[in-house]
Amino acid sequence: MRAPLSWIREFVDIPANITADEIGNGLIRVGFEVEEIIHAGSDLTGPLKFAKVLTIEEITEFKKPIRYVGLDCGEKETRFVICGATNFKVGDLVVAALPGAVLPGDFKIGARETYGKVSNGMICSSRELGLGDDHSGIMVFSEGEVEIGADAISALEINDVIFDVAVNPDRGYALSIRGIAREVAGSLRLAFTDPVDALRSLKFEETGAGVKAKIEDPATASVFYLRTLSNFDPSATTPIWMRRRIEKMGMRSISLVVDVTNYVMLELGQPLHAFDKAKISGGLTIKRAGKAQPFTTLDGQVRQLDSDDLMVCDDKQALALAGTMGGQSSEISETTTEIALEAVRFDPICVAKNSRRHKLSSEASRRLERSVDPSLSELASARFVQLLTEHSSAKHVATVVAGEPKYAPVIKLDPSYISKILGLEVSSQEIAHVLRIVGCDVDEKSFTVDPPSWRSDLLTPADLAEEVARMIGYDKIPSILPPRPNHASLTPTQKRRRAISSMLAARGLAEVQTFPFTNQETIDHMGFLGERAATYRIANPMSEEFPLMRVHLVPGLIEVAARNISRGAKDFAIFEMGSIFRSSQKLVPAVSPVIGSRPEKKIIEEIYASVPPQAFHVAGLLVGKVESEDWQGKARSYNWQDAIAYAQDILQLCNLQWTIKRSDFAPWHPGRCAELIVDGKAVAHAGEIHPRIIAKYGLPERSVAFAVGLSALPDSQIVKPTRVGTMPAAVQDVALVVDQSITAQQVEQALRSGAGELLESISLFDRYDKIGDGKISLAFTLTFRAPDRTLTGAEVSTMRESAVLAAEKATGAILRTA
Amino acid sequence: MNPAEIESWVSSAAKAFAAASDLDSLKAARISHLGDKAPISLASRGLGALAPEEKASAGKLIGEAKAAISSELDKATMKLEAERDAKVLAEEVVDITLPVNRAHRGGLHPITIIKNEISDFFIEQGYAVEEGPELESGWLNFDALNIPADHPARTMQDTFYIEPVESGMVLRTQTSPVQIRSMLQHEPPIYMICPGRTFRADELDATHSPVFHQVEGLVVDKGITMAHLKGTLDNFAQAMFGPDVTTRLRPSFFPFTEPSAEVDIFFNGRWIEWGGCGMVNPKVLATCGIDTDVYSGFAFGMGLERTLMVRHNVTDMHDIVEGDLRFTRQFGVGL
Repeated sequence: MRAPLSWIREFVDIPANITADEIGNGLIRVGFEVEEIIHAGSDLTGPLKFAKVLTIEEITEFKKPIRYVGLDCGEKETRFVICGATNFKVGDLVVAALPGAVLPGDFKIGARETYGKVSNGMICSSRELGLGDDHSGIMVFSEGEVEIGADAISALEINDVIFDVAVNPDRGYALSIRGIAREVAGSLRLAFTDPVDALRSLKFEETGAGVKAKIEDPATASVFYLRTLSNFDPSATTPIWMRRRIEKMGMRSISLVVDVTNYVMLELGQPLHAFDKAKISGGLTIKRAGKAQPFTTLDGQVRQLDSDDLMVCDDKQALALAGTMGGQSSEISETTTEIALEAVRFDPICVAKNSRRHKLSSEASRRLERSVDPSLSELASARFVQLLTEHSSAKHVATVVAGEPKYAPVIKLDPSYISKILGLEVSSQEIAHVLRIVGCDVDEKSFTVDPPSWRSDLLTPADLAEEVARMIGYDKIPSILPPRPNHASLTPTQKRRRAISSMLAARGLAEVQTFPFTNQETIDHMGFLGERAATYRIANPMSEEFPLMRVHLVPGLIEVAARNISRGAKDFAIFEMGSIFRSSQKLVPAVSPVIGSRPEKKIIEEIYASVPPQAFHVAGLLVGKVESEDWQGKARSYNWQDAIAYAQDILQLCNLQWTIKRSDFAPWHPGRCAELIVDGKAVAHAGEIHPRIIAKYGLPERSVAFAVGLSALPDSQIVKPTRVGTMPAAVQDVALVVDQSITAQQVEQALRSGAGELLESISLFDRYDKIGDGKISLAFTLTFRAPDRTLTGAEVSTMRESAVLAAEKATGAILRTA
Repeated sequence: MNPAEIESWVSSAAKAFAAASDLDSLKAARISHLGDKAPISLASRGLGALAPEEKASAGKLIGEAKAAISSELDKATMKLEAERDAKVLAEEVVDITLPVNRAHRGGLHPITIIKNEISDFFIEQGYAVEEGPELESGWLNFDALNIPADHPARTMQDTFYIEPVESGMVLRTQTSPVQIRSMLQHEPPIYMICPGRTFRADELDATHSPVFHQVEGLVVDKGITMAHLKGTLDNFAQAMFGPDVTTRLRPSFFPFTEPSAEVDIFFNGRWIEWGGCGMVNPKVLATCGIDTDVYSGFAFGMGLERTLMVRHNVTDMHDIVEGDLRFTRQFGVGL
């Protein structure tokens, strides 16, 4: 919302010594962000004069039409200038920049030779003067509007300070000069004159029958003023001061009638709509469109109406999209002589829906959807009649009113509540004083507060607390720390996540965070199936490329890896921690209890249960070499063992026991994927990525990955350690030949079961697969220890033999002899 | 065997040891002065032939001389070994400036680092760190926060909806539903923060991302005022941006707070919008079953990306979301 200082001054007594910055800071203090303070005209110096066109010589030998124009600039002699515009005739008044003038963009005007003539200045367009965007031609005035030879800078009020203010959605009233001026006055404690006060006494003579007004459903609009005017001479023009104000607000001057509606809207905040009365059949009714139908708005667009759209209709058809935009059929035109002027306090939600459904945000809808002062239907429409009848031949015929304005109820306030919320002692007199500044009526005896008509947002004591705080100044509130509660720490789950990410980071993996979106193609490429492929679809995704929620972390890591590879990286390791969104449960229609009191327990439980579980995972992707190759030598590539080791290290860090088995599991290589099982649940997978996926995404061959479902991990148990034995250990090696289909784990388990209780540890120290015949050799070191004695050679031999026997029995192993 | 003779063995041994130029010549000197055939050894062996009355005094003399010779030998050995070491080790010198660390450099994502930092800061003040689902019920994300069904923030231009739309499920647009969950689950006093990932239908550009992170804080207790909010934010801002930072509250509007404010910080010579805050709207407290006659509360929320960008002078959001290792690695693990 723009607000020129010259216009604000009309309603606020601002002493000359208050600077624009002080006013800007005053607005910021009361909650209006000043995005820019524009010093209009600061880049323009004169002389800039009004001049009358005396002669026009058309020069035709150039590509575009050129005019050599004789001007009366109030000087002794005619001044001649070259002009490329053609939208003027002899007798018109124009603005001429004389030599010595500097126009915006540091454009210096001098006498110069061009097109074979001497040009002694320049005739200006609105854009050349920085007044607006209009460059369709030069600015033209009619006789009597301006004075020949007069200074155009002051006559066009070019020098001004314009505040560009961001208005929060609860403060619709401030989308008007009236509202902004009130805030400036309130913040700087200056005297404010409400422009509306002078309108209350306006009376218009009823000279005939007006157009009838009707509101079909009072929920859609509370009050509807319809003022009929006649005898309008469509050749009437907008006075310069009004035009200039409209331009300073960033709008364009169109025609007197439209300009007055816009001017009143900008001044007071009430959108108005003027219909050509001749094009109305019967009366006007505010009602729903009722059925889908095409409708052409003022901007020439044909829109398909929704049956729920709120419209202003005559007896035959829809004439305007209520509060949003008028229709073409009843538009004010160059032949309009009778006007029906609509001013309605529409329901904000109805207008917001109109605007959203048609993606049409207009100056009117922006105000109406933020709620407009209900008293303005009457007063702003009166202002329209006042201005139009003053500046044209138009006469008021009749005013018809439907409905009546509805105002917010009074608020009972306990003044101590304000101090209690703000943490600042504020006396009840001070509270009453500042509430009056914002426009409230305050009865200090009962402390009832009657909010002003334009503040439909003031409904509760909390709302009043904000008004008091911002008028006193948020900076007056002290800064105190709250009482400290007893103790807090991260939860065990949070600690675990931190430890895991710290471990991975310390071991050379870089953390990445990817968008949790995916698509069906990726899911298919990865080979996810069944419930691992099922996910939720976003109804309105950023792009149709990624309409689904991710079901796994590895695809995102692959994408990031591919991006890094494309930027030159070769060997690296990355990981991500985050939620995945498999559609484990069907979404049910929303449960939406009313707010203001706690919903029943059952309802809360239903709401909680309606949110599907979202598993939290960590995954890593390891590509290329384990370490960089340098002067110290070559490095090996990451392999499936590394991926499994990382998965195991994560479980180890959580102090969990697991078992492991080979698994054919997407997106891994079917023969090179390990599944880690904790408490009977598969919690992690790791190994080589499927070669088909590696090829598809251009990853280095044999890239590996791990993924651990962190939310599936059980809590760590309290550790109950066994006593550490101090007697000497006996170490025995055994080498066993087994079929290659037998896993190391099977052999180890058999050895362990046969070795008995005194086996302290077992480790595989060699694996040899070149024996042939589909056999392999596995060599283990068995360490035995008794808690209370040194084991004898005979004891150890017996245990070793028993272990080997168990392995033979379970796996067909044969003891390998040297 | 007179004492003077014994003395001469000691002095000649000492001389010979001192004269040895390396460990090999020292070894030869040792053999001639302490070896089996050395005079002292022969004298020692001849002790048995002496009369008992001479044996004691001669034995003592010889023992002392032997000890003296050994001590001279030790001295010489130490000196020559030190000389040898100095020479040999000097030859073994290496260039310790050579690059030795071949391991990949890992690191945490800067958003994780800043999240951890904020969590630690608030844990120290007794706040719990709470979390909630990213795919969230519309009632918890909007209604319960006093954002009615017709509110513009709920349109599809701003919020990602999950199919079927009637489920009201959204990708949470703020971490505030975690506040609601917290208030529905716990009795006051509540001191919590909720950092997490949030979603809004914004195109990715230099300053926006459809997926971003927030941290919100909530305190509900007896006698909580806006002064407490201010104190907490001042403290928090200083923890994030250094002791010289100043904050400013500007009146603003959020449906879930009343009064509401924007928090600005004065950092690097200018005012920068940092986040939003306010006193929890009594309607929101009441919706969670909290007695507004007894309790009041404050809440605040900041963007983690924004905090990161301001503090570290990161100028393009793409660096934060693309996962380029060259960006992430610069942050280490945030220590």
